[in-house]
Amino acid sequence: MNRDVIVVGGGVAGMEAAGQLAAAGLMVTLLEKDKNTGGHLANWYHLFPDRRNSSEVIHYLDKKIDHQNINLLRGVTIEEVEKHDDKFIIKTSGGKVIQSDAMVIATGFDLFRSEKKEEYGYGIYDNVITSADLEKKFREGDLRTHAGNIPGSIGMVHCVGSRDEKSGNLYCSKLCCVTAVKQAIELKEHLPGSKVFCFYMDIRMAGAMYEELYMEAQEKYGINFIRGKVSEAGETINNRLIVKVEDTLAGRPLKMELDMLVLMAGMEISEGSMTIGKMLGLKTGENRFFRVKDNHFGSNLSNVNGVFLAGSCTAPMNITDTISHARAAAAEVINYLTNER
Amino acid sequence: MKNEGKKKIWADYQKEIADDHFFYVRSCIRQSFFPGSEQFFLHLMRDVLGKDVYENPSHTTCTGIGYHSDVVLSQTIMTVVARHFALMKEAGYKNIAISCVTSFGIYTEILETWKHFPEELEKTREYLYKATGREFDIPENMAHTSDIIYKFRDEIAARAKNLLVNKETGEPLNIVEHIGCHYAKMFPKSGIGGAEFPRVLSGMAETWGGKVVDYPERRHCCGFGFRQYIVQANRGYSVSNTAKKFASMQPFKPDVVITNCPGCNMFMDRWQYTIKEMEGTTYGEDGESIPVLTYEELAGLVMGYNPWDLGLQYHMVQSEPLLKKMGIMYDIEDKFKTSDGRQMPIPENLINV
Repeated sequence: MNRDVIVVGGGVAGMEAAGQLAAAGLMVTLLEKDKNTGGHLANWYHLFPDRRNSSEVIHYLDKKIDHQNINLLRGVTIEEVEKHDDKFIIKTSGGKVIQSDAMVIATGFDLFRSEKKEEYGYGIYDNVITSADLEKKFREGDLRTHAGNIPGSIGMVHCVGSRDEKSGNLYCSKLCCVTAVKQAIELKEHLPGSKVFCFYMDIRMAGAMYEELYMEAQEKYGINFIRGKVSEAGETINNRLIVKVEDTLAGRPLKMELDMLVLMAGMEISEGSMTIGKMLGLKTGENRFFRVKDNHFGSNLSNVNGVFLAGSCTAPMNITDTISHARAAAAEVINYLTNER
Repeated sequence: MKNEGKKKIWADYQKEIADDHFFYVRSCIRQSFFPGSEQFFLHLMRDVLGKDVYENPSHTTCTGIGYHSDVVLSQTIMTVVARHFALMKEAGYKNIAISCVTSFGIYTEILETWKHFPEELEKTREYLYKATGREFDIPENMAHTSDIIYKFRDEIAARAKNLLVNKETGEPLNIVEHIGCHYAKMFPKSGIGGAEFPRVLSGMAETWGGKVVDYPERRHCCGFGFRQYIVQANRGYSVSNTAKKFASMQPFKPDVVITNCPGCNMFMDRWQYTIKEMEGTTYGEDGESIPVLTYEELAGLVMGYNPWDLGLQYHMVQSEPLLKKMGIMYDIEDKFKTSDGRQMPIPENLINV
């Protein structure tokens, strides 16, 4: 099929969609704003639920886009988009003009900026870190505190920037609970002598093998799950963290000293998504992610004909669902270019 | 701890504070408990900085304590506040300067209510007009007086005679800043620096040479909490909250606590006496208690005013340990004398003497 497609975003969704489209014979331009492809996945250590090393998935995706029909442009952003009849004409940050017959938007998510939850002191207290920071620590093999000590007790705060009216994010980010469980297990494996506490509102384990992982965390690793929100974090004179929590099951307030506090940052639509969304006139939902045309039959369709949506720019999504969603987006593009246009 | 993170938060919570021409509304209780504070504010603004500050003797309580104790209805308090705005309008002022944090919270809450429920504003106009024949405008600028001192902190520093430094060691004094809950916890945007890491008092303390202590119970209630104290049966809870705060700050060896709220100042001062009487516990060094000052009193000390003219002797916890650290000279004989030299009664059981 002699058609051109632009895929915006070189993360999991964009790479998978580009690979599928190229395999179907379409000519694909894959645009990535960063120097490297892989998106957030490139910063992650192991994946839930099977603890696969993220580099295996990256390797799979790299192979997928190593295709003669894919022109990968890295470090490139879109400056302008115009639609003339059925053609999209984009101008890149390098001044290049590219035409296409369809566009796939796979611009993904940004992690919630945890410093916005001021009461947790991210960016102020040295040992308050995010889930992404912890993944980096796992990758670097260094789990010591800021002062270079092995942490003896670690707290994990669920729902940071998710299900939180104060943050403006009423939705559940879906992946933070299972990420917390996975990270808690990994902490116990790396630091068997440590105590790990998960502070949660509800545990939402809505994925294959997630619930089993949660049970394993409790039964095998002895991770403590405390139902209650952390109201604030502070620092003692010995530079230990002190958190206040309401333990809603025990029905009492709790104050606890910790060596490290991990904030499970939620997912928000990315800034890049909002920029391209404005250029194309894409509609967004109340959660600010792109609004899909139909929740059941059109989860890859946008309000603009010829523009398709893939992955977590539409909603928080795990890797498995992102890959499936990207494949579905590719199928929609092929259908559009073959039959519908 | 990274101060850079705090600076980013402070940058998000800045507010416009008028430069001149203030309609000043006093606190109900500050004149009794810390009689030098409001007086010094007026002196500083009018005589030192040359600002126009007007107060109207017809100004009344805002009824905030009654409102928070469920004995004053919201419609009533809105009408009382509207009357204050009417007095301001009649005097030709547009900037209101509020001495009390409870009142500041009340005014802020009412303005927010009127913004979101304009029908309440119209009803209040009607109530006030029917009751008094007065009409009012919403202030163009509203500030707590600690905001105003914060705004002029550099001018005060330029006139400093005693920095917040230990004269013997040359080390900055450890300052605990305590912000009244109703200053910014309800509406973070209404306070300088927001609610979690407020800047209003820490900014003053650092500008005047002190080192601000960030201790675990920094955000905790002073112990007043309205019904914690006003309902007599709850007073043990009030004291225990104060005790929790002081126990948390104690390891950081604070030299002084500064507050911007009348209730906080009173309870953190008076309850130290109570706790000492109840269980013999003190929280300062060498068995002493920690002086608790208002920001105006601290500004006055920094500027070299006589501590007795500032009214420091009317606190339960006496300030002599702080005065000694700052190297401030004082005459103990004058402590309870009137300005024309008459001896006043000397209170019993003062602490730190």
